Amino acid sequence: MSPPSIGEKPRYSALRLFLEGLRGQSGWGPAWRSPEPRRRYDAIIIGGGGHGLSAAYHLARDHGLTDVLVIEKAWLGGGNTGRNTTIIRSNYFNRASQAVYDASLKLYEGLSRELNYNIMFSQRGSIELAHSSAEMEGLRRVVNAMQVNGIEASLLTRDEVLDMVPLLDPRRDCRWPVAGAMIQRRAGVARHDAVAWGYARAADGMGVDIVQNCAVSGFRIEAGRVTGVETPFGLIEAKVFGMAVAGASPELAALAGFRLPLLCMTLQAMVSEPLKPCLDQVVASTPNGAYVSQSDKGEMVIGGGLEHLPSFARRGGLAKTREVVASVVEMFPSFSTLKLMRQWGGTVDTSPDNSPILGPSPIPNLFLNCGWGTGGFKAIPIGGKLLAHLMATGRHHPLSEPFGLERFATGRLIDEAHAGVAHD
Amino acid sequence: MTDAGPTPAPTPAPGPFPCPFCGPRDEAEFRYGGDPDVARPGPGSSDEDWARYLYVRENRRGLAREYWVHAQGCGLWLIAERDSVTHLIHSVREATP
Repeated sequence: MSPPSIGEKPRYSALRLFLEGLRGQSGWGPAWRSPEPRRRYDAIIIGGGGHGLSAAYHLARDHGLTDVLVIEKAWLGGGNTGRNTTIIRSNYFNRASQAVYDASLKLYEGLSRELNYNIMFSQRGSIELAHSSAEMEGLRRVVNAMQVNGIEASLLTRDEVLDMVPLLDPRRDCRWPVAGAMIQRRAGVARHDAVAWGYARAADGMGVDIVQNCAVSGFRIEAGRVTGVETPFGLIEAKVFGMAVAGASPELAALAGFRLPLLCMTLQAMVSEPLKPCLDQVVASTPNGAYVSQSDKGEMVIGGGLEHLPSFARRGGLAKTREVVASVVEMFPSFSTLKLMRQWGGTVDTSPDNSPILGPSPIPNLFLNCGWGTGGFKAIPIGGKLLAHLMATGRHHPLSEPFGLERFATGRLIDEAHAGVAHD
Repeated sequence: MTDAGPTPAPTPAPGPFPCPFCGPRDEAEFRYGGDPDVARPGPGSSDEDWARYLYVRENRRGLAREYWVHAQGCGLWLIAERDSVTHLIHSVREATP
């Protein structure tokens, strides 16, 4: 386990918590500064969500590049980083996707210690239900593909599933009878804000400047390269740029003069009132179109599929809410008595093959991290690491090589169209 | 990380979808059908042109032109002008001339 990489920041520990208790919690200091941006940096990352902050952290830690600015249009982690259902798993079908998502899961496993920040990663296991023998065959195919590539996953019989998740509807004649399942035991959930804040604190400690409420309104492009970005603080120059702005990617690309193969849609989620612990795993049913886990506060965190129309509304439609809730109640009949506390939506940037776009943009010193669609949270550690590698070296890391923008012209797509309800 | 600022203030809920043939119908009967302004490249076009045709969409924030189909109704293909932020429909007409 690597030691924490938090630069100049004071270490959080039980002893320090005790000592601060004795002196009235007066010595903590802010987790990150809010400096006025300078006129010029080595590197600028646009987007202060998980991926952008993770990229800043990896630029500083892996590549020694600390003259870095992160600019965020609103507040840190306020976009899709703060709007997802926090599920982390790597049960994908294609080898290239498995490599990326499992590398991310492994980074998550050490992240609390590495950042000296408790991201509350709970590896409670993720169960994907099958409702017929044909669906069981489909899961068997995915489990085999994962095991062949050395990633832990296994099948569960109907009895094993009902034993692990006793609240599931056990009837054989209901609309979605449980036929069996696939489980990835290393999968789980984490505290989403803590992921963004932990990276921000660590990057700041190593000298990265983070500026919020700072929208990019234009690019200065000279001789085919970006030389600066227009912001409320004026023009800020840099040698290399990265963008990790999810649903705002098409607009930002338009400002830079190119287009991306993305379609932005709304993905919604909701939570129930809190209950005592009653659901130990993440339980998903792709055919039924919903997934549930229980938060540490006791709320049932519920997600479903995309709303299939282009949208920047950032709020979910009631028709979809009703559909998702109906699916959940079909899986867990006892949840029909729960009240929903909150429902919200985020704008996700879906790509044609449901796989992310990582690599150079049509402008050589502007690098892309987008197209994660509904599945970006689980990929924050690796997405940032790969963007940092691109920005620091100008070349792909072997893991990001297959995910370049050029794959749409060469036809080497990485089809993950069936990677879960909404691949979370 | 996606858009600017706080969640937008509530706007009037979009009403029923106005089908030119059936009249106002529930939006659940309709399906989004893609971008009507994508031109198919001719023979001999480059791979990049084909990729643009297949995968790049207007994806506009605000007023957008879109194909819709009354999938669970009369089956008519439509061209709608719809706001992708408020979801309000500004105009709908039959897609065929």
